Amino acid sequence: MNAIEPRLGSVRPLMLYGVDVPSRLLLGTARYPSPQVMSDAVKASGAGVLTVSVRREAARANTGARFFELIKALGVRIMPNTAGCRTPREAVTTARMARELFETDWIKLEVIGNDDTLQPDLFGLVEAAAALTHDGFKVFPYTTEDLVAAERLLAAGCEVLMPWGAPIGTGRGLANPYALKSLRQYFPAVPLIIDAGIGAPSHAAAAMELGFDAVLLNTAVAAAADPVRMARAFAAAVEAGRSAYEAGLMETRDMAAPSTPVAGTPFFELERR
Amino acid sequence: MQRHAGQQIGIVVNGEAIVTSARTLAELVAEQGFTETGVATAVNGDFVPRQARGEVPLTPDARVEIVAPRQGG
Repeated sequence: MNAIEPRLGSVRPLMLYGVDVPSRLLLGTARYPSPQVMSDAVKASGAGVLTVSVRREAARANTGARFFELIKALGVRIMPNTAGCRTPREAVTTARMARELFETDWIKLEVIGNDDTLQPDLFGLVEAAAALTHDGFKVFPYTTEDLVAAERLLAAGCEVLMPWGAPIGTGRGLANPYALKSLRQYFPAVPLIIDAGIGAPSHAAAAMELGFDAVLLNTAVAAAADPVRMARAFAAAVEAGRSAYEAGLMETRDMAAPSTPVAGTPFFELERR
Repeated sequence: MQRHAGQQIGIVVNGEAIVTSARTLAELVAEQGFTETGVATAVNGDFVPRQARGEVPLTPDARVEIVAPRQGG
């Protein structure tokens, strides 16, 4: 796909729901060893969007406020998620609570169907996406590589899709790159963000080389031995992958084609063939 | 349902059974020591906007969610 349509000319920024997002790396805020490390990793990553959640607060506790102050100080756009929601109703109510708390209508929509894989319940996801779009949300659905689900989500009002690379937290990278390539080809004009399962910067670079518009990851940075350094590595990988895509990757082939000119090869004799 | 001031009922807050004399969701939020703007609320599965909490009465066995910002992926 890249070879057929080389990307020449000016580089376009990432635009999501009409907003210019300054980085193609989106970062989660969970599972860091400490708030300080999280804050430093966010800065090192240059992330354009941070994901957050809403959770039950203990009586008379102030955990939420402290976290919110820390996040706001980073000055990065915030996107709450509906992590843990199993039904459309839970997701819609959670999204509304998040919208009020975080004062944004951006929502990473998760409707989870299985406790082991944490994979999306595509049926519930589409239903929730329709309800939330109707309620004025800008929905970023966490989905699979399923083309039909993608079409239903777009029909329900989503303008961005976030297909998984692999199950959340597995770090396995792009489990089904063939299907992801299809998704990219079927929806050339839709911003597509690989979300979940990324483990290494090479995975992020691969996603970008396929032409995906951005990547969203959390565990890969938070659970690294040195999260701050890893955040920097991911920023570089996303940059490299995107540049490669825009530069037009070479065509691949099965058999070798010499790079060094054949003409003038020393000791060359026709009979030796 | 009209309750006298001080009369207690059993409700569920964040999955835990408690007794409260709060008559409305707003009173409950205050009683539990939360700030108005620091939390968001739902009753029996439905979101209740902050400004509406004073109008939402608490009934026996009501399931209330009180949530705050948290880390997330």
